[in-house]
Amino acid sequence: MNLLEMKAIEKSFNTVKVLHGVDFMLRKGTVHALMGENGAGKSTLMKVLAGIHKCDSGTVSIMGEKIDITSPRHAQELGVAMIHQELSPIPEMTVAENIYLGREPKKGMFLDYAAMYSDTEKLLASLKVQINPKAIVGSLKVADQQLIEIAKAISLNAEIIIMDEPTSAITNKEVENLFAIIQDLKDHGKGIIYISHKMDEIFRISDDITVLRDGVYVNTWKAADIDNNTLIKNMVGRELTEIYPKTEVPISDVLLEVKNFTRGEHFRNISFAVKKGEIFGIAGLVGAGRTELMHALYGLDKPEEGEVIFDGKAIEVKKPQQAISKGIAYVTEDRKQEGLVLEMGVGSNITLASMRQLSGSLFIKEGREKTIIDEQITSLKIKTNGAKQLVKSLSGGNQQKVVLAKWMIKNPKLLILDEPTRGIDVGAKSEIYKLMCDYVAKGNAIIMISSEMQEVMGMADRILVLSNGRAGGELARNEFTQEEIMKMAVSHI
Amino acid sequence: MERQKKFDTRGFIAKYGVIFGLAVIMIFFTVMKAKFLTMENMLNMLRQTSINGLLAIGMTFVVLTGGIDLSVGSIVGASGMFAALAARNETGIPWYLAVCIGLLVGLLLGMINGIVISYLRVPAFIATLGMLSIARGVTFMASNAKPVPGLSQGFLKVGGGSFGIIPIPILILTAVLIVSYIVLYKTRYGRYVFATGGNPTSARVSGINVKQITCSVYMVSGLLAGLAGVILTSRVTSGLAQSGDGYEVDAIAAAVIGGNSLSGGRGRLWGTIIGFLIMGVMNNGLDMMAVSSYWQLVIKGIIIIGAVMLDSLNETKS
Repeated sequence: MNLLEMKAIEKSFNTVKVLHGVDFMLRKGTVHALMGENGAGKSTLMKVLAGIHKCDSGTVSIMGEKIDITSPRHAQELGVAMIHQELSPIPEMTVAENIYLGREPKKGMFLDYAAMYSDTEKLLASLKVQINPKAIVGSLKVADQQLIEIAKAISLNAEIIIMDEPTSAITNKEVENLFAIIQDLKDHGKGIIYISHKMDEIFRISDDITVLRDGVYVNTWKAADIDNNTLIKNMVGRELTEIYPKTEVPISDVLLEVKNFTRGEHFRNISFAVKKGEIFGIAGLVGAGRTELMHALYGLDKPEEGEVIFDGKAIEVKKPQQAISKGIAYVTEDRKQEGLVLEMGVGSNITLASMRQLSGSLFIKEGREKTIIDEQITSLKIKTNGAKQLVKSLSGGNQQKVVLAKWMIKNPKLLILDEPTRGIDVGAKSEIYKLMCDYVAKGNAIIMISSEMQEVMGMADRILVLSNGRAGGELARNEFTQEEIMKMAVSHI
Repeated sequence: MERQKKFDTRGFIAKYGVIFGLAVIMIFFTVMKAKFLTMENMLNMLRQTSINGLLAIGMTFVVLTGGIDLSVGSIVGASGMFAALAARNETGIPWYLAVCIGLLVGLLLGMINGIVISYLRVPAFIATLGMLSIARGVTFMASNAKPVPGLSQGFLKVGGGSFGIIPIPILILTAVLIVSYIVLYKTRYGRYVFATGGNPTSARVSGINVKQITCSVYMVSGLLAGLAGVILTSRVTSGLAQSGDGYEVDAIAAAVIGGNSLSGGRGRLWGTIIGFLIMGVMNNGLDMMAVSSYWQLVIKGIIIIGAVMLDSLNETKS
């Protein structure tokens, strides 16, 4: 008997059908990977299981018993725990308070804090995680916050644990730790549903793999019976000839030179140079200071020391406006928080940074604006109903393209991309890589920060590796190996 | 993904429900009172509403950036009072200069709000709450808490005169509406206001001077409150220290009824128009039906909450 069986699940939002009779099963003591591009319906299916959405039709059986899951609490009682892709801790509360939220141990009518803290300590120790149970969650690194969510799910003693992109923000070492935890859960007969875009992880830990595409069930395989390419082909519905379409581009003069950049503990004595035509990768572990370095370069933070020479001239950037006017653009790490205005339309978001050029002395030149927007929607293949559609209703990949379009129309000489493909599907990724190549071919330069080793190695001409705020070393394309980058990334820890 | 173009009833009600709300209220009063839907009464109603209308438009700018301006009632009082002091017959100051003084006082107080909020980083709620008290105090001091009558004829026309059959305050309101519409939807500045409210971080990364935009919307609100103060003073023919007291409530209510989200970034000027019209029609109609003013307060409260309920219906849908 399977631990979980979902049959012919249908779900629509308003009038849009997102799940078309999807089947899914989970065996006891196994990891079942749920794969598909963004918008394929993975998260929706899991939210049905977690009681967040109610399905329109279809059946859910847990341990052979047909069950109508009515609420998240009900799902919890049935032994289903979900670790969300987007974290949901209460930042002002302590680690222990978060883990026991809603089921706090009590002594009479008062909270039993002593028990709560000691239980949390035991729980974290059993997961080999070193976090103080009394720490305020908001003060922790994102990676630690993610581990706390995982600890919370485990403490619920759930039989079925859903992990939605659990490794998106944690370092390699922590990933190993997580996999050990997963192995342990398997040994205890729990079932784990694992959602991730990272292929190597999927093949390492899963027993079964199910693929969804556009809300339709494609198939389920034993992990041993399917290879990487077949899997991708099934996910995107077509063959991806090349994931990294890196083209040879003539590399010329130095465009940007950064000397001895320092900002407190964030980064120290960083120097590098980027040439025209180059994709310059910046690698390192989460928290190595990569984003902070770019913030300082772009004028979002102030460096304490250091010099920037751009296009032959020494420049001082105190505000983003100044960076933009010099020809530097920044596609931020978190598109929802820092890249887009979600309540505005696709069109307004695309032109937001170019309003100065698109307005006359008084009014916006609407005709010209519309032409530019339509051009971008077509050339970047943004899937939208039109320029007025709110950007929040687009899928992750299309949102990212909107952010890219916003900067591309400004034709910056230097484009900084911070995690340009985080959380977006294979198809959109490949399109973004293509755009990057076309962009540098025009004599521009790109700085790309990425935590995905394959991506940096696939796209960059040179890689600067940061380690704990310091320069770990620099590698040319012919020197790239995963081991070398890792070695540099941990060199100052 | 298949997309059926089925009519989305709930979304439609959430979005345009306020218009039907206004229509229903108007039909109700028309049926109850024959005199309600006459040109004379409608013009009267619009004239009464013009003060709140101006404040609501200013409030819309502020609310779009995710802020709030609690001081507009007091700014109405202060600007009206300084305009009155200048417009007294004995000063000999021409009426238009007196009007300008009122506007400048409004703009100045709004600018102080803006600077305190955006550059000194005091939350808008607190900063404008402080200004609510400060501006009122200054108004009482300036007038020694006594009425200031004897205003020049020219000044009295601003709130009391008509152009043809149309009262001047209605013309002023209409002009302000047109200009505001153009500013919000046809200029770069308007786009920046929406962006600042929708996501200040993204706006900053896009090169928008978020502090400047934030500061400016309080200046807009202050200026329009100044204009409202001038009209009110002219209309009641003397400067009164307590005038405008509590007006911020109706202004916020009109903006909220119109579907402007208090968390910023999501809003619409036409909604604000419907919002202050609903408030105006209710005041006028209930007065005609001789409903006690206490009951009017209760009904007003219910309408505010009901309108926001419609709005959150819209939110949970997406």
